[in-house]
Amino acid sequence: MSGGTFVGMPAFPKAAHEAVHNQTLRGNLRHATHTIRAKRANAVAEVSDWAELREAGKQIKDHTLRHLDRYLVQLEESVTAAGGTVHWAADADEANRIVTYLVKATGESEVVKVKSMATQEIGLNEALEAEGINAYETDLAELIVQLGKDRPSHILVPAIHRNRGEIREIFTREMSEWGRPAPEGLTDTPAELADAARLHLREKFLRAKVGVSGANFMVAETGTLVVVESEGNGRMCLTLPETLISVVGIEKIVPTWQDLEVFLQTLPRSSTAERMNPYTSTWTGTTDEDGPQSFHLVLIDNGRTDTLADEVGRQALRCIRCSACLNVCPVYERAGGHAYGSVYPGPIGAILSPQLRGIDNEIDASLPYASSLCGACYDVCPVAIDIPEVLVHLRERVVQGGAVTREGAKVVLKPAKGHAAERAAMRAARWAFSHPGALRTGQRMASRTRRFHPRSLPGPGKAWSETRSLPAVPAEPFRDWWQRTQGGKDTSK
Amino acid sequence: MSGSRDLILARVRRALADVPPDDTPYEQAFERPYLREHGHRSVAETVDLLAENLADYRALVHRCTAGELAATIARLLAERGSAAVSVPTGLDPRWLAATEVTQVPDSAANTPAELDRVDSVVTACAVAIAETGTIVLDGGPDQGRRRITLVPDHHICVVRVPDQVVSSVPQGLERVDPARPLTWISGPSATSDIELDRVEGVHGPRTLEVVLVSGE
Repeated sequence: MSGGTFVGMPAFPKAAHEAVHNQTLRGNLRHATHTIRAKRANAVAEVSDWAELREAGKQIKDHTLRHLDRYLVQLEESVTAAGGTVHWAADADEANRIVTYLVKATGESEVVKVKSMATQEIGLNEALEAEGINAYETDLAELIVQLGKDRPSHILVPAIHRNRGEIREIFTREMSEWGRPAPEGLTDTPAELADAARLHLREKFLRAKVGVSGANFMVAETGTLVVVESEGNGRMCLTLPETLISVVGIEKIVPTWQDLEVFLQTLPRSSTAERMNPYTSTWTGTTDEDGPQSFHLVLIDNGRTDTLADEVGRQALRCIRCSACLNVCPVYERAGGHAYGSVYPGPIGAILSPQLRGIDNEIDASLPYASSLCGACYDVCPVAIDIPEVLVHLRERVVQGGAVTREGAKVVLKPAKGHAAERAAMRAARWAFSHPGALRTGQRMASRTRRFHPRSLPGPGKAWSETRSLPAVPAEPFRDWWQRTQGGKDTSK
Repeated sequence: MSGSRDLILARVRRALADVPPDDTPYEQAFERPYLREHGHRSVAETVDLLAENLADYRALVHRCTAGELAATIARLLAERGSAAVSVPTGLDPRWLAATEVTQVPDSAANTPAELDRVDSVVTACAVAIAETGTIVLDGGPDQGRRRITLVPDHHICVVRVPDQVVSSVPQGLERVDPARPLTWISGPSATSDIELDRVEGVHGPRTLEVVLVSGE
């Protein structure tokens, strides 16, 4: 119901290859990423201590991850003391079972949802639907995605691949299937479209008895949860229903209330390029007669502890889901979010998804390659995740295999299929570089025959060259040129 | 589900086998080299910055003295054409002394649908942050339940200046109690989901008016 699943998606190179030929998509994406990119740079330039905030954010998150067991236990105690109930889910299935059970216990068959990456990751809407429970997305963009039976393509602005004409069309066609129909004569101005969504969703908010959310932060010391948003749909879901169920990854902890001073400065500026997002809600358990009287926190692992076990890849868990890395990435800008075949697109998705899900399937094995390693993502990351470092680390894992942790157990991974040519090429290169005579002969041969070179490689190299442009072979090998001209000094020759 | 609790905690501990048991405690784990506030401003300049940043995010900002407050609120409700206004139980009754608009006292018994028929809401706030143009509500008696500032389409928020104004986010966090439910508001509800065009209000109040009131 919240759009198609990612199962059956082609691997990144194929999906990206198709996406780059979609002119509308490319136009929408280019406009979006360039606009947010420029705005973000201005918002960051406004604070003179950005570098210090970034470093502090990195250190707070690293410290928390290095003591995650302690902070999880502390969080559980403080949430419980404040009147909440904490549940633990080892994987997506367990999390979905817990939420389904909690919703059924209320006797309700519909829930209103705040946009949440964690619930998308576990496929909660589909799991609820299978049990006869309707989950309504209430974020405007998520509504567009849900009504369009589509998938989100961006972390922050999930419907950014759609333009206003497409959105009008979706609203006119689909709203009546779900509740209040779109107004007669709806035009495609953003204000009118937003108004149609307001009326459509308000009907759902006012009768909702159960709300489902994620959280941006959880404070171990106080048991406080934090949701950062713009529209107010978050506030609606967090305060109007009688029961609130929050599904949150175990890595979203910060130790103390004071730590929020770092992230409430860096997240909005990195994400929407604002000094502060329009609405931030914090709640600590339940409050008498204000908001839900029943609060459940579902803490999910679902691959996070496996990620934690990788000393290089662990840093991906610092991510605060700001999406700044998407907007600067030249690969994302052209391929779009869908091509990544995962809930987390863009550079962060390319390192997070293969770690959360493993690299056993073709999509995940291809994701560490969905990058030009230009490093722009690292530069903008407000918690300084060295995405290129992790990408290279994961590429090595894909090609060479090695020891990894899966569901808590150490396993030795075999080299992924489809990378035999790469390994063979590396072996050949090693041999050639240790046999200078053969290398020289080979290079001269290549130069002399260069007019006859095909545009793609034959045989096992075909897969590699399909997604890359082959470099032109120079007319003369470099080492010959160097000898002939004495390192470029004698240009008369 | 204690099975999964123990399982997850055991996985975390195994995953962190490389972390020495005497790893640096929280207090020493990191420094806070960033600023407590950005720039040096006089009290008046801080209030001006608040007004400027509120307006930048499309809140409507008004300034008056304590003596003018009731008249100001009455005028804003009249200009809006409001028929009914939601009122927190602890709001100073003098603030609404000059308006004849029907007052709907905040009550747990009010359903969201009833609240949806109210045009406006008037509240105080807990603190306001100048650098970001943010007002913070903490559910105190003069601010009411969270829903009353959410469902009506028009929110008038009164900020006592300068004593309720701080410069920065770090200073704002220090002033509020995490045990209370907090709502941080920076401008009216907004969305940029459609082609990144900023549109006010999908769900929250589409009009936010902030009254900066000075003096006793």
